[in-house]
Amino acid sequence: MIEESASPPDYGLEQPLAPRRTRLEEFWLLFRQNRLAIMGLIIFILFFCIAFTGLLLTSGSDPVFDPSLVRLQEKLRAPFSKPHLETLRPNEIPTLGIYLLGTDDLGRDVFSRMLQGAWVSLTVGFVAVGISVIIGIFMGGIAGYFGQRHIRLDQVLVTCLLSAGAALVFFNQAKWGAVLLVLGHAYIFYLLLMRLIAVRKIPPKRFELLHLDTISIDTLIMRLVDIMLCFPSFFLILTVVALLPASIYNIMIVIGLTSWMGTTRFVRAEFLSLREQDFVAAARALGVDNFRIIFRHMMPNAIAPVLVSATIGIATAILTEAGLSFLGFGVPPPHATWGNILSDGKNFIFDAPWLTFVPGFSILVVVLAFNLFGEGLRDVLNPKLRERH
Amino acid sequence: MLSFIGRSFIQKIITIIFVSVISFLIIHLAPGEPSQVDPLNPKFTPEVVERFRKEFHLDEPLYKQYLFFYQDLFTGKTVSWKDNQSVLKKIWERFLNSLPLFILGTILTWTLSFPVGIRSAIFRGGLYDRSATFFSYLLISIPGFFFAYILIILVVTRFHVPVLGMETFGISDASWPSVAMDRIWHLLIPSVLGATAGIAVLSRYVRSQMLEVEGQDYVRTAKAKGLPPDTVHYKHALRNALIPFVTMFGLILPGLIGGSVIIESIFSWPGIGRMAYEAILARDYPVILTVNFVSAVLVLVGTFISDILYMVVDPRIRI
Amino acid sequence: MNHQNTLLSVNNLKVYFRSDDTLARAVDGVSYEIRREETVCLVGESGCGKTVSALSILGLIPQPPGEIAGGSILFNGQELLGLGDEDLQKIRGNQIAMVFQEPLTSLNPVFTIGDQIGEAINIHENIAEAEVNARCIQLLTDVGIPSPAERMSAYPHELSGGQRQRVMIAMALACNPDLVIADEPTTALDVTVQSQILKLLRSIQKERAMSILYITHDLGVVANIADRVYVMYAGVIAEQGSTENIFRQSQHPYTQGLLASLPTRSKRGQRLHSIPGTVPSAAYKPPGCPFHPRCPHAITRCREEYPGMCDYGGGHLARCPVMFKNDQWCK
Repeated sequence: MIEESASPPDYGLEQPLAPRRTRLEEFWLLFRQNRLAIMGLIIFILFFCIAFTGLLLTSGSDPVFDPSLVRLQEKLRAPFSKPHLETLRPNEIPTLGIYLLGTDDLGRDVFSRMLQGAWVSLTVGFVAVGISVIIGIFMGGIAGYFGQRHIRLDQVLVTCLLSAGAALVFFNQAKWGAVLLVLGHAYIFYLLLMRLIAVRKIPPKRFELLHLDTISIDTLIMRLVDIMLCFPSFFLILTVVALLPASIYNIMIVIGLTSWMGTTRFVRAEFLSLREQDFVAAARALGVDNFRIIFRHMMPNAIAPVLVSATIGIATAILTEAGLSFLGFGVPPPHATWGNILSDGKNFIFDAPWLTFVPGFSILVVVLAFNLFGEGLRDVLNPKLRERH
Repeated sequence: MLSFIGRSFIQKIITIIFVSVISFLIIHLAPGEPSQVDPLNPKFTPEVVERFRKEFHLDEPLYKQYLFFYQDLFTGKTVSWKDNQSVLKKIWERFLNSLPLFILGTILTWTLSFPVGIRSAIFRGGLYDRSATFFSYLLISIPGFFFAYILIILVVTRFHVPVLGMETFGISDASWPSVAMDRIWHLLIPSVLGATAGIAVLSRYVRSQMLEVEGQDYVRTAKAKGLPPDTVHYKHALRNALIPFVTMFGLILPGLIGGSVIIESIFSWPGIGRMAYEAILARDYPVILTVNFVSAVLVLVGTFISDILYMVVDPRIRI
Repeated sequence: MNHQNTLLSVNNLKVYFRSDDTLARAVDGVSYEIRREETVCLVGESGCGKTVSALSILGLIPQPPGEIAGGSILFNGQELLGLGDEDLQKIRGNQIAMVFQEPLTSLNPVFTIGDQIGEAINIHENIAEAEVNARCIQLLTDVGIPSPAERMSAYPHELSGGQRQRVMIAMALACNPDLVIADEPTTALDVTVQSQILKLLRSIQKERAMSILYITHDLGVVANIADRVYVMYAGVIAEQGSTENIFRQSQHPYTQGLLASLPTRSKRGQRLHSIPGTVPSAAYKPPGCPFHPRCPHAITRCREEYPGMCDYGGGHLARCPVMFKNDQWCK
């Protein structure tokens, strides 16, 4: 271990003595030490491959593994059992020749159903977290970067005007609604025009009231976060999913829409501290525009905690989806998900325990992998812990 | 101090108004009307539906419905659509049922996670820490309902005691020790289940807080003073590490409602979570809205309490 | 040297920090001694191992990743390395006390000043509560805190930076230690406050007849306070001697470089001298003399051979055979 660093013969002044490593190499060196996180990463990649091949093999009109093929005479067969070939039609014979993970109460092949469910879990996790991360970065970024600006009274009024108009149109009062909408848009047009002309006139006295500052953008967004945090999240998701027509997309959207608050807070806090830093001031002094400062200079520095919370968010979303399926509000049948395989299996828990244990353990392993990987990322990306190494 | 409390109070009131509006909108803008919930149900004759609509002001515009609803709620007149019982009374009964579960679960969570987390932090990187870490992740990642079934199988096959419901059917005739044992069994499993995820999360958090604090300069100062390690860890470090937990303490309250839906459904425990679940199934809007409202109030009360506790605990904050 | 008079002697101390693929030799064979009632300064750029060597006296190096790889630390004739935790606790704060660099973060934010000073007394001496209180107030008076009785119940955040550092000093003095280690106690303070604290330290040292090991990177402070000086570079002592020796007849190119980079009145209007390059990382030191890449006098031999200490007499030693015009490579 103790070795004189394989040294170049001449130590010039400009030559750094420590070996030069890119950020990625350093990151990997640190990450490698966390064996649990590596395990998580491997399972994560495996799961991704399985889900993808699962999608290919179980979809289409004539799938290799048919997850919805009912063979009532073959119900509740244990894993690794051989099918009774004499009772099956040729197209009903399982592709592998055996029921690898058994069959359920309708004689459907659990292995095919698990393959199909993997893709569902994966997409629910990624899409839901994608939605929440996009909303979170957007809201957090605005609150952190433009937070100190105030919303003027006229802007509030225009917003009220527009939404009232929209509401009226929605409730079949099209005439009045249209009037309000036109008024609102006219005012916006007027404001834009003023900005284009770019004369910063002092507004006349009687309009001063309209330019009164109300609340700051930061307050607005953070209060919104508070409001969202007031809802009991699982109960809210359950309510909304129950009220909406059952579909996998609704579940993704609802989970995404109810879980963006954490990301918003992270990004806001990160932006608040970043915008005070010298490199941002330097960029601003160089005349770089806001958009470029946000996305080129600040975002790369703020992305680390978002990445971590997104990884762990995927795990949570998979668990939530499974919980919803379990309660009967999940992805509608006949589409298989790990949650509803488990939910169907609970009635046969003593006769056919594999119906509970196969999906249960799969969810456990995948969620565990995401969590371990996420925590590993957090450790590596945390500069404080890095110093201690 | 007083002005802080006043400001925070007003803020919370405004928040709760918005929460009430949003939850009302979510429910009423969703497709499907309560009268169409179950068109095949013979009890829902057109006359019944008509009476229904009148009784619950469903023909009024939305903002009037909103006002009517919250007027009823605050005067205690809200009734469930399903069985015409007073919602507040129903919630209170169910709440009393949930309470023992909640209390036992909370006690388990807070008494177990602290020792585990602190020990992990002090012996960082050791065998104890690594196994505690792995088990916490395991418990965080296991789906609650799956874990519930594993426990049920274990308990039922090993100890041959039934665990579903609040008590075994017909046991109230038996002698009181067996009734008590029966009660405890029925209470224990769901509480343990409810606590596991909490223990895992909280002990991780305790650990990271302790690690953070142990690296601070004042801990080094305390060591340099010649204090024994126990005083350093449990007085100087722990006291600082505890401060953020005051916030979490305020967040226990809302757990009363949100966290119990799945567990209470599995164990057919007639608590508040199960009631909420049944209300969703039956589209019993007054119950759903009230549960939502009550839990939002609990969240706000919880954060309010933790804000005040924070001021008491951390001498740096004086307003 | 007179052993009766030596309070602390550090001999060939080696402290290494190990990580997966590197070994950082933070302190790499350092020897120094402190006599009774003497103020010794340990000078060097940040990262040269000053603080680590001081922390290892009190056994405060976190192990792992740190490890004491060799050497000895004799305090009053007692070997401190390898002493058990409980024996060390009796010495810490009682016979050797320490004042740290950042007074803001070094005081526990949730306990009052009185608590924290009283704690140090309570732990080492078995005396009544009232007496502890009286002593705390006396200590606060000694370090120049106004209205000490009221300040007892103040929290650290309610004090100014200078006052906090005074409290730290009071805490260090609580049990009348023989040695106070002051680790850059004035670096985080304003210049005016800095000189007050230095004055305070000097007067206390005289009154209480104790020794001070003062760690700093600021040569101005050294000139102000030190009896003897050790200049450290990259984990080793580069030069040692009396303050007079170091400031007037420095023999090591590193010390000379440091002195040349001091702004003085006579150099007004001139460009300040600076030593080219930076301190090598403790994990990747160059072979031979660690200073040779930055040294204006370096010869080929400096790259290959580790230099020994050259004795200029009167306790003045420098680790630079090139400057030692004696034609022989010192051992």
